Amino acid sequence: MNSAPGIAFQILQSVFVVLAAPLLTGWVNQCRAWLQNRSAPSILLPYYTLAKLFHKDAVFAHDASPIFRWTPYILFGCMWLAAGIVPVLATGLPFAPAADIIALVGVFALARMFSALAAMDIGTAFGGLGARREMLIGFLAEPAMLMTLFTAAFISGSTQLTSIVDTLAHREFALYPSLAFAAVAFLMVLLAENARIPIDNPTTHLELTMVHEALILEYSARHLALIEWAIAIKLFAYMTIGIALFAPWGIADAGDWSALPYAFAALAGKLALAGAGLALIETVLAKLRLFLAPEFLSTAFLLAVLGMLTHFLVKG
Amino acid sequence: MGVLSSPLAGSLVVAVGWLVVAVLGLVPTNNAFFARRIAFPLGALAGVALAAFGLQAVWLPTQALTLPLGLPDLPFHLRIDPLAGFFLMLLGSVSAGISVYSAGYFREEPSGRLALISLQYHVFLASMAFVLLADDAYLFMVAWETMALSSYFLVITDHRQPAIRSAGFLYLLIAHLGAIAILLCFGVLHGGRGDYTFDALRAAQLQPAWASVAFLLAFFGFGAKAGMLPLHAWLPEAHPAAPSPVSALMSGIMLKTAIYGMVRVIFDLIGNVRWEWGMLVLAVGAATTLFGVLYALMQHDLKRLLAYHSVENIGIILLGLGMSMVFIGFGHPAAGVLALIAALYHTLNHAVFKGLLFLGAGSILHSTGLRNLNDMGGLIRGMPRTAFYFLIGALAISALPPLNGFVSEWLTFQAALQATVIQHGVVRSLLPLFAATLALAGALTAMCFVKVYGIAFLGQPRESAHPSPLPHAGDAGAMERYGMAWLAAGCFVLGLFPTSFLLILNRVGVSLTGQGLSEQALAGSGWLWLVPTAAGQASYSPVIFLVVIAAATLLAFLLVRRFYHGRVRFAAPWDCGYPEQTSRMQDTADAFGQPIRHVFGPIYRMDRRLPGPEDTEPRYSLKVEDRHWYWLYLPVARAAEFVSSKIALLQQGRISIYLLYSFITLIALLVFVR
Amino acid sequence: MGIPLLAQLVNVLAAFLLLIAFAMLSQRRVLTLIKLLAWQGAALAASTAIVAWSTGQTHLYYSALLTVLLKVILIPWVLHRLIDRLFVRWDIETLINIPTTMLIGIGLVIFAFALATPISQMATTLTRSTLGIALASVLLSFLMMIVRQKAVPQVIGFLAMENGLFFAATSATYGMPLVVELGVALDVLVGTFIFGIFFFHIRERFDSLDIRHLEKLKED
Repeated sequence: MNSAPGIAFQILQSVFVVLAAPLLTGWVNQCRAWLQNRSAPSILLPYYTLAKLFHKDAVFAHDASPIFRWTPYILFGCMWLAAGIVPVLATGLPFAPAADIIALVGVFALARMFSALAAMDIGTAFGGLGARREMLIGFLAEPAMLMTLFTAAFISGSTQLTSIVDTLAHREFALYPSLAFAAVAFLMVLLAENARIPIDNPTTHLELTMVHEALILEYSARHLALIEWAIAIKLFAYMTIGIALFAPWGIADAGDWSALPYAFAALAGKLALAGAGLALIETVLAKLRLFLAPEFLSTAFLLAVLGMLTHFLVKG
Repeated sequence: MGVLSSPLAGSLVVAVGWLVVAVLGLVPTNNAFFARRIAFPLGALAGVALAAFGLQAVWLPTQALTLPLGLPDLPFHLRIDPLAGFFLMLLGSVSAGISVYSAGYFREEPSGRLALISLQYHVFLASMAFVLLADDAYLFMVAWETMALSSYFLVITDHRQPAIRSAGFLYLLIAHLGAIAILLCFGVLHGGRGDYTFDALRAAQLQPAWASVAFLLAFFGFGAKAGMLPLHAWLPEAHPAAPSPVSALMSGIMLKTAIYGMVRVIFDLIGNVRWEWGMLVLAVGAATTLFGVLYALMQHDLKRLLAYHSVENIGIILLGLGMSMVFIGFGHPAAGVLALIAALYHTLNHAVFKGLLFLGAGSILHSTGLRNLNDMGGLIRGMPRTAFYFLIGALAISALPPLNGFVSEWLTFQAALQATVIQHGVVRSLLPLFAATLALAGALTAMCFVKVYGIAFLGQPRESAHPSPLPHAGDAGAMERYGMAWLAAGCFVLGLFPTSFLLILNRVGVSLTGQGLSEQALAGSGWLWLVPTAAGQASYSPVIFLVVIAAATLLAFLLVRRFYHGRVRFAAPWDCGYPEQTSRMQDTADAFGQPIRHVFGPIYRMDRRLPGPEDTEPRYSLKVEDRHWYWLYLPVARAAEFVSSKIALLQQGRISIYLLYSFITLIALLVFVR
Repeated sequence: MGIPLLAQLVNVLAAFLLLIAFAMLSQRRVLTLIKLLAWQGAALAASTAIVAWSTGQTHLYYSALLTVLLKVILIPWVLHRLIDRLFVRWDIETLINIPTTMLIGIGLVIFAFALATPISQMATTLTRSTLGIALASVLLSFLMMIVRQKAVPQVIGFLAMENGLFFAATSATYGMPLVVELGVALDVLVGTFIFGIFFFHIRERFDSLDIRHLEKLKED
């Protein structure tokens, strides 16, 4: 399990995810611009933004506490860890057994808790508002995510993401009705957790509707850059979890260098499609009123639970 | 050295030692000094020793002892087995931290009062030790009642306030209802044969119907003490009333003796666990969990909020116990032991982090005089150390990795995922639903602690309606901090090295059910890896997790520092450029709970006053009340009042009528015994 | 795995059917409800066709075709015309809020599964495990009829219930005889028209399609 090629794969994947994540964000933005008949920005725009932000001077409020100062780094660390757990390019990575799907949900929860605390640190009206709304979305999205993952865990008899992917990708082809429910629930959670359109609008700074932007309102310069980067990694991680659960074909085994180019190409293709799909969803849907968000997410939660029940009845 | 090699004798010495400390505290004239400098530290040392003896007992065979005390022909039986050993370890280790804290917390109490507190405090500790050591129903009930009474006196320490007196009365009332149920349960188990030692009760073969009656009595009797729905009403009243270390002791440890009693009676004495019982426990546990956390979100009194979280955590423990009973009832002891381990591990974890949180609340109360969250704000600047410890407790209770709350929830989830072994279709699909409840409660807890921490410690100090009676007096004292640090370290140890505790609890499981975890699980577990079933199915390594997350965070920090500058400017908050900002614009505790109130509206009984358009002094008030008062407690109270008013008709005030009563009773007895 | 691919496909379609039943339960808009109904019909037709292909029962092809014509094209079109004429495109009010409805729905699904498991163990058909899902969608549609306050969603619930029954018939016994199916299809069609006529009358009488007004009709 702890062989040298495995570790090399692990490091390769972690670095790859961190570097490639802003590209995915750029691609989604580009697709959305095309769909909305705007001239699209460069796909590399997120990188330029990050570089610009890193060079600026950071501004803090007068009595920011250590929690405020450390949260960007903790967020980044959490997302980086999540990127290490998810089998993006290969299964059987050496770090995978250290944290399973429940721990993965735990990492996202840890990040959410710290970002909400940091938002409340300065004591502004918008910070508290953002924290409250973020936790409102989180308290339903998190169990929905967990139930979705449990459905997959029941199918494969394991809570390790890498074993789940192994089972789904390499076993004899079979259709799982329960995964249909899980897929819908997962999509809804993905939209909510990544501050996407029916729940939140990633491009808005309109005070009354924003959720995620209100959380990071007080951040600037390198701290903001780290947060933006962490958000990009989060989107990347969620998309690769979705790919791992619902379209795992073509993933390589750890240490198998020859399968790597194919795995890479398959991943790029699937991500490009998923990104375009996300842009399409964001174009055709309208943002929900804030108090419809719990309804949206409880639907996701109940669908995930239903998927689990279906698994027990229809052993497909 | 005989004492050191025998955990039973050692535990007995510790328990008696606590009693001695309690009584000695009354003797010296300057007893405040004695209590602070000698009694509480000695109590803490005794706690550490007790933890060591308990740990030792887990690995040794069962020991028993008969004391030549008690009533004639009814001597006290003592016994220590892995289950008792585990709970003694919990009692000793958690109480050690709380005792150290108490030495600092009670520093300003006047002499006489402090001696009394020290007396009740140590009697309370000793009685809990005797509850755990008891091996016959008689000693158990004596210790149980002593525990209830001593804690009652601790709750009403500030008995001059009527609210505290009525809280104490409610506590005593429900405690006694529970005690009656437990007594009846022992009676059912006894069935008129043999004596009242636990060995005799264990050997009794019950009819299934009587076994179910005994189960129900034990479940509700101990449940009343544990704060299970719908008998939880005393908890949110008694905890805010008691001094903070006492709340920590009651919530952290005393509720756990009820869990101990439940496990002891149901798994050990009754035996032959049925899965239908498990389903009842699961249903009550799920309801308790959700109710606890949803009401906690509505509170603005910090200690009351923590009390509701105790209700929630008891629910989580019940979920684990219920799953265990279902698995064992269906004949899958390996999965059953896993669920039992999860429940007991959460018992220990909750003792540690809830103790820590109550101590933190105590420090806030001590330095600022505040208990209402809506009056706090920005405390992290005045009391950074307390803020740090409280943060650890908040992260632990929110079940976030790599701290301890996460481990036990993880184990509970793993137990729920074993549901596939059950053949019964409905039960099999219901178990994951209970896991869903747990997931929901975990996420809501995180929300609640963002609220607590964000409002109390972060942000700006609020202009309060009730200005703080004390100036912001700075951080907690040294002893208080040591106490909190001990429990905070516990959160880390329990979170990072779960496998050692898994093995301890496996011993407990083996001693109760005769079965343990599977071979694969034990083979896969090292100090680094937690493997509950088999390495391919699930594994978790908190140490690696922590190392990686810390390394990633630090690497990010160092890279940013290496390649860019570290320049910082300070300015006023941006807040979308709004020029006027006052601390009144921050969220209050009530505001933070508003979305939950909106989503779960029908669950609460709300009394809300909105200001009208013509109000010259607009005031918004909101009162959230427990529905149980209206559909359970008040009707019962009214019925009791009605019945007693009828019985009061007997009281005529004339001697001859009273004599008539006695006469009729005498005649009736004579007829009866004829 | 042991289950042939086609049966798996039927299982997936069954899950899809249940998913749509839940989507209907949580949907607030009449137009979307009609779309969902059409999708449900399409899933039904597809599963019927698959069963026909895998078992060689030719009459099932006809009933699949009938389903497409009637439930995917004709009835949704009629309903569209109806709501255009009645001008009732706005959001639907529900008696209980949607998450609660869905929770009750989950309870119904567990109940249906528990009920169907022993029955489906007796059946011999390939697709027997979908019986529970069929039963669940019938119950969910029934629930939808109960909690909706407006007449049009109630009719949609009724049609969805018929879909569930139809699916139960195909999955448990490979469908009813063609004559019976034709009869049922005709009944449904006629029922839809009659409902349509009733709507106009109800609205003429009360200026609204809120079925609570029907309470006034009772004699005191």
